[in-house]
Amino acid sequence: MNAIFVMLLGLAAMFLGYVFYSKFVAEKIYKLDPNFKTPAHEFEDGVDFVPTNKYVLWGHHFTSVAGAAPIIGPAIAVIWGWVPAFLWVIFGTIFFAGVHDAGAIWASNRNKAKSMGNLTGDVVSKRAQTLFMIVIFLVLLMVNAVFATAISGLLVKFPSSVIPVWGAIFVALIIGQIIFRKWMGLGTVSILGVVALYLLIWAGPSAPLSLPETVGGLTDNASWVLILFGYAAIASLLPVWMLLQPRDYINGLQLFIGLILLYTAVLLLGPDMTAPAFNTNLPEDTPSMLPLLFVTIACGAISGFHGLVASGTTSKQLDKETDLRFVGYFGAIGEGSLSLATIIAACAGFATLADWEAVYSSFGQGGVAAFVEGGANIISQGVGLDNEIAETLLTVMAVLFAGTTMDTGLRLQRYIFQEWGNIYNISWMQKALPATLLAVISCVALAFGAGSDGSGGLAIWPLFGTTNQLLAGLTLMVITVMLVRLGRPMYVTLLPLIFLLIMTVFALFIQLKGFYMEENWFLFGLDIVVLVAAVWIALEATSALSNLKKEQKS
Amino acid sequence: MRNMNIKSIQQWFSRAGELVNEFYNAPYRSAIARAKRDEDDLFMMLVFSEMMGVPNPASYYTLELQPLMLERFHDWHQRMGMEHSPLDHFRCC
Repeated sequence: MNAIFVMLLGLAAMFLGYVFYSKFVAEKIYKLDPNFKTPAHEFEDGVDFVPTNKYVLWGHHFTSVAGAAPIIGPAIAVIWGWVPAFLWVIFGTIFFAGVHDAGAIWASNRNKAKSMGNLTGDVVSKRAQTLFMIVIFLVLLMVNAVFATAISGLLVKFPSSVIPVWGAIFVALIIGQIIFRKWMGLGTVSILGVVALYLLIWAGPSAPLSLPETVGGLTDNASWVLILFGYAAIASLLPVWMLLQPRDYINGLQLFIGLILLYTAVLLLGPDMTAPAFNTNLPEDTPSMLPLLFVTIACGAISGFHGLVASGTTSKQLDKETDLRFVGYFGAIGEGSLSLATIIAACAGFATLADWEAVYSSFGQGGVAAFVEGGANIISQGVGLDNEIAETLLTVMAVLFAGTTMDTGLRLQRYIFQEWGNIYNISWMQKALPATLLAVISCVALAFGAGSDGSGGLAIWPLFGTTNQLLAGLTLMVITVMLVRLGRPMYVTLLPLIFLLIMTVFALFIQLKGFYMEENWFLFGLDIVVLVAAVWIALEATSALSNLKKEQKS
Repeated sequence: MRNMNIKSIQQWFSRAGELVNEFYNAPYRSAIARAKRDEDDLFMMLVFSEMMGVPNPASYYTLELQPLMLERFHDWHQRMGMEHSPLDHFRCC
């Protein structure tokens, strides 16, 4: 089938979802009120609470939720064929992610812009709040290990990207200084920054750089993982304006440029989907599609991480309540379209089926590298860019996304450790440096504990997806309880919640068996922790809803 | 007519510039404001250091700054969970 058709079908379906379903949800379920005084107006302080233009708000809601995860997930999941991944991304975006993201902003907006964690405590129970914190910690722990592994794999596979990737950090550092010291306007700096980045990308292939295969018993992959964590630790200790802010900004621009480039190339080239629609010739180690598909693609279909962004910063800047339909729901569609582009790149970017099968030779193979290779083929043939430059471009895009997430993730984890230091009165843990070291050590332990050469990250990808879905489940639970209290229909959020819980618990059991067979006791233990959290959420949701029913009867 | 066009283009550009600035600053506004507040707090502590028994060679000059710190001081002790001023020689509310 032609990729143009797949692309138009997917985009049209998501657009119709926005026009009809989100209108229904906004008007009949959340009953958005343009006259409601949003927290941004009620507590306006010029710092946290600032009413913001809805397109700007959408821009950074979208760029903060879209990162490397909506690329990695679908790129792994197309191993079952492109149709299942396509359907889950499209339907997930329309009926799960959009409702969840907009709902999280709505719930927070109606409760003084509290964060999802606090809301869980207020709306459901204190116990559920504790659970929420545990799940967040697990997600952060895994996201760093996973992304470090994914980046190191890319840097080893595409040595031409090493110089541009690290060069981009210097570009960001310089931009940060220029803007902070007000030497130039933002418009000029943005153009110069993007030009500098693309010059680096253009120069990358002529100066490939790779680490020696083993240094002191460490493979090149493992060395990169260690270097990345060292870098992330330093980056997360720097003030945000110095590196994180300019890098985030450049990444945001990159995201739009990359998406436009990929979609234009697909339109111009019109490649065929060479990958099978349903893969009947699965590699032996591939787990069953049901339920693993639903946890392999988390971001791009539904992801709990969005709820954190939605309730943490977005809800504090909402100008009018009715804006949240565009910001939340259309933000989810933006991310869905990134996943759709990934599916097309990984399935239509290879000349023959044999080429594709060679890349997807076992589960967890392919992944981002397939997205880069396939996407580069499409771009180079469609727009006429040199293949190696196109590869470098896409690698840099994926790596920068993942790198920024690592930086933020490590920072957040440090805050958690510092808070624990406060709660339990451990004075050294309250300081930034030791807390960062603790965070790094726990992530490195996970990356190496799951696989001795630091390759453990990708082994835990499905587990990461599961935990992320559980976080989404908690948010959906909060929204559902709020809806029941208001006497409104709850099926719009309850059905996705039930579906998610069934799929995640099912997936956890299958993975548990897998880890047991491999005798991977580290991941086995982690799986049990997540499983306990999942069952706990199910019980918590049941008890919250049955209590409500009783209250309403009496 | 042409003048009108140039004007509207200029307006459009400055509006776009505002939005881009907003896009750059909004996500980090609070983190940066908090960092600035921490630094300002440190400066205030230096101004009041003599009162807490920390010798300050510049106290002759910083004494003059104390009244200017009044509002900030009030914010600070409330933020730190103290209803009244913790300093003996500097009353507040």
